[in-house]
Amino acid sequence: MLETIWFLVWGILWAVYFVLDGFDLGLGTLLPILGKTDTDRRTILNAMGPFWDGNEVWLITAGGVTFAAFPTAYAIMFSGLYTPLMLLLLALIIRGVAFEFRHLRDCPYWRALWDGAMTIGSFLPALLLGVAFANIFQGLPLDSQGIFHGNLLTLLNPYGLVGGLLFVLLFALHGAIWLALRTEGELHHRAVAWAGRIYPILGVTLLGFVVLTVPFTGLLRNYLTNPLLLILLIIPLTCFGLLRREIQQGAGWKAWGLSAGLIAGLTLFGVTGLYPNILPSSLDPAASVTVFNAASSTKTLSIMLLVALLFVPIVVLYQVWMYRTFSHKMTSHDLTHDNAY
Amino acid sequence: MDVLWLSRLQFAMATMFHFIFVPLTLGLSILVAIMETQYVRTGETVYLRMAKFWGKLFIINFVLGVVTGITLEFQFGTNWSRYSAYVGDIFGSLLAIEATLAFFLESTFLGAWIFGWNKLSPKLHAACIWLVAAASNISALWIIIANGFMQHPLGYVLRNGRAELDSFFAVITNSFAWQQYIHTLAGAFALAGFFVMGISAFHLLRHNETDFFSRSFRLGAIFALVFSLLVAVQGHHHAQAVTRIQPAKLAAMEALWETPKPGEGAPMYLLLWPDEANERNAVEALGIPGGLSFLAYGSFTAPVQGLNAWPKEERPPVLITFLSFRAMVGLGTVMIALAAWAWLRRKRLQESPKLLRLLPYAIPIPYLALQAGWVVAEVGRQPWIVYGLMKTADAVSPVAASQVTFSLVALTLLYALLGAADITMLTIYARKGPKPA
Repeated sequence: MLETIWFLVWGILWAVYFVLDGFDLGLGTLLPILGKTDTDRRTILNAMGPFWDGNEVWLITAGGVTFAAFPTAYAIMFSGLYTPLMLLLLALIIRGVAFEFRHLRDCPYWRALWDGAMTIGSFLPALLLGVAFANIFQGLPLDSQGIFHGNLLTLLNPYGLVGGLLFVLLFALHGAIWLALRTEGELHHRAVAWAGRIYPILGVTLLGFVVLTVPFTGLLRNYLTNPLLLILLIIPLTCFGLLRREIQQGAGWKAWGLSAGLIAGLTLFGVTGLYPNILPSSLDPAASVTVFNAASSTKTLSIMLLVALLFVPIVVLYQVWMYRTFSHKMTSHDLTHDNAY
Repeated sequence: MDVLWLSRLQFAMATMFHFIFVPLTLGLSILVAIMETQYVRTGETVYLRMAKFWGKLFIINFVLGVVTGITLEFQFGTNWSRYSAYVGDIFGSLLAIEATLAFFLESTFLGAWIFGWNKLSPKLHAACIWLVAAASNISALWIIIANGFMQHPLGYVLRNGRAELDSFFAVITNSFAWQQYIHTLAGAFALAGFFVMGISAFHLLRHNETDFFSRSFRLGAIFALVFSLLVAVQGHHHAQAVTRIQPAKLAAMEALWETPKPGEGAPMYLLLWPDEANERNAVEALGIPGGLSFLAYGSFTAPVQGLNAWPKEERPPVLITFLSFRAMVGLGTVMIALAAWAWLRRKRLQESPKLLRLLPYAIPIPYLALQAGWVVAEVGRQPWIVYGLMKTADAVSPVAASQVTFSLVALTLLYALLGAADITMLTIYARKGPKPA
């Protein structure tokens, strides 16, 4: 029971991470497209400035919870996906530094360097996370000792690549909507226009991903036994359907909420389909890492649950306060204060 | 090189690089919080300008600490997966608690502090930097409790082929971990004091913003002196705990090979050079009979075990541990002397050009002392990853050497570039001084 609760928490943490860091990874990816001038690019960076670091902690927490609640899964996943995780890490490092370093010098080459770091450092995590999760849904080549028989190229299979593309597009749309929310004038219109352009491409990719999920993964097994659970697929698809009108009407908070619902819904759909596996093995179903054979002791899971129940609501409260205080429509003033990016 | 050594090198490199930025974060956050509180209390704008100037340096330093910290959490899984699976039940939960309790708080309120100068009331804004300071230091506590488990494992039971949690209370009240925490924190606070003193001295020597930098200097000098003293006094007690809990580490710190005969006590040599290959010391001179026994136990005849009490493969690398320990103690002594000098001259700084010229060059001293201290703690614990419970050689991931070579080279190159850029930026902004009032 505790294992199942923690599996659910694990899935929710990833969903929250993708929703929150998703928009700033997406916006970073779109930086060269949306930011024509230095002022545009500074507006884009400041639009996510107060939030990106707090958002990234959800990744640290998702990783930490994998370690704490399912240490065997953490060990196998992180060592098996060694190279993609290192690439993810390098990308997140240059991205975090880009935020802070770019504005320190008023030299076009210096700024162009960090703009490049921002774009690559945002695109690559979106792609790699998509590839990694698609491969987990599909099953990893794990033997009964939990040793990964493959390399980076094993992961770049058709389904993995569609998953990577899906994440890049989901985040890019989510980011364009965020920029539209926080800006007025030309940049706002450009963001809405790009959201409109990404939308149909995302639609095709989403359809392709859902269709390919049937032959390529075992995710549907749980849904065939409990068809009621299919609501987890219906919710994100409905969000996606409603999103079109909201983008056409100028991409406000409602559009962002629908985009968040789409990302969170798809994540929970995938994770629920995995259960009771965390890392299914494509070599031998018996070698799969499950919620039960990878979990921590009951004592650890109980203490961690207590900590989570006490402190996660507090985290949510102050992050909500943070978003309410700092997500106003930006003006030139937001670029002129002492600490602006 | 094999995967084990590549992974060791990578972990050492990544951790030491990360720890260039951590101690300044721990100490400077508190100093900035004090400055801003002074502004809120007195309304004097010099304190506001101080908070902004030192806060800017704080942020430039902070960002590298954050991004290099992610590497560490990942590395336990990527490079030490057998360790992670074996002790994850305890160790993993401490890392997860750190993220939930501290890291969220730190990151969220730092964002609010950076972007909130004009949006939040002065009191609320000052509260934000206090929350950042508290969260950084709470974060360090959980990380060091996790490290404390590796140094002196408590509260576990061996079950299901791994170490499982037996008593959470025992894990978090591990007195060895708390001593390490106080030792690290005091060192970090002293380091921040030297950082502020060094940069202030640079400007005072040039008669630049004298009021601004005299106030900064005094605050830095108090921090540097109080915490250099604390780290030394408490370090002595910490070393006594090492004697009881990790006797092989102490023997390596002091290059003591032979266990003295009962009733004789171990001597302490002022001049010493270990010869590891021949299991003896190449140089041994100016001995104080029973000196080591006295330092370790407060008695000249107390028994201290020599390295020969352990088989060769269970001893830590002697030369590195020995030299790092001496570097730490020596540099710590220099810190006390410099901080005392600075404190005595705190009201006559303009008449002390020698001191002012010296202090900017003293900034690296606490950095080196802290790094050396962690080398003693980590290298001195070898061959164990968890003392007495699991060897480092058994902890490494089943990954290909080519993968680790790639990541080691990539991380090293990237870190070198970022480290150079960060130090350059810190230097430029530190030299520039505060914005004109």
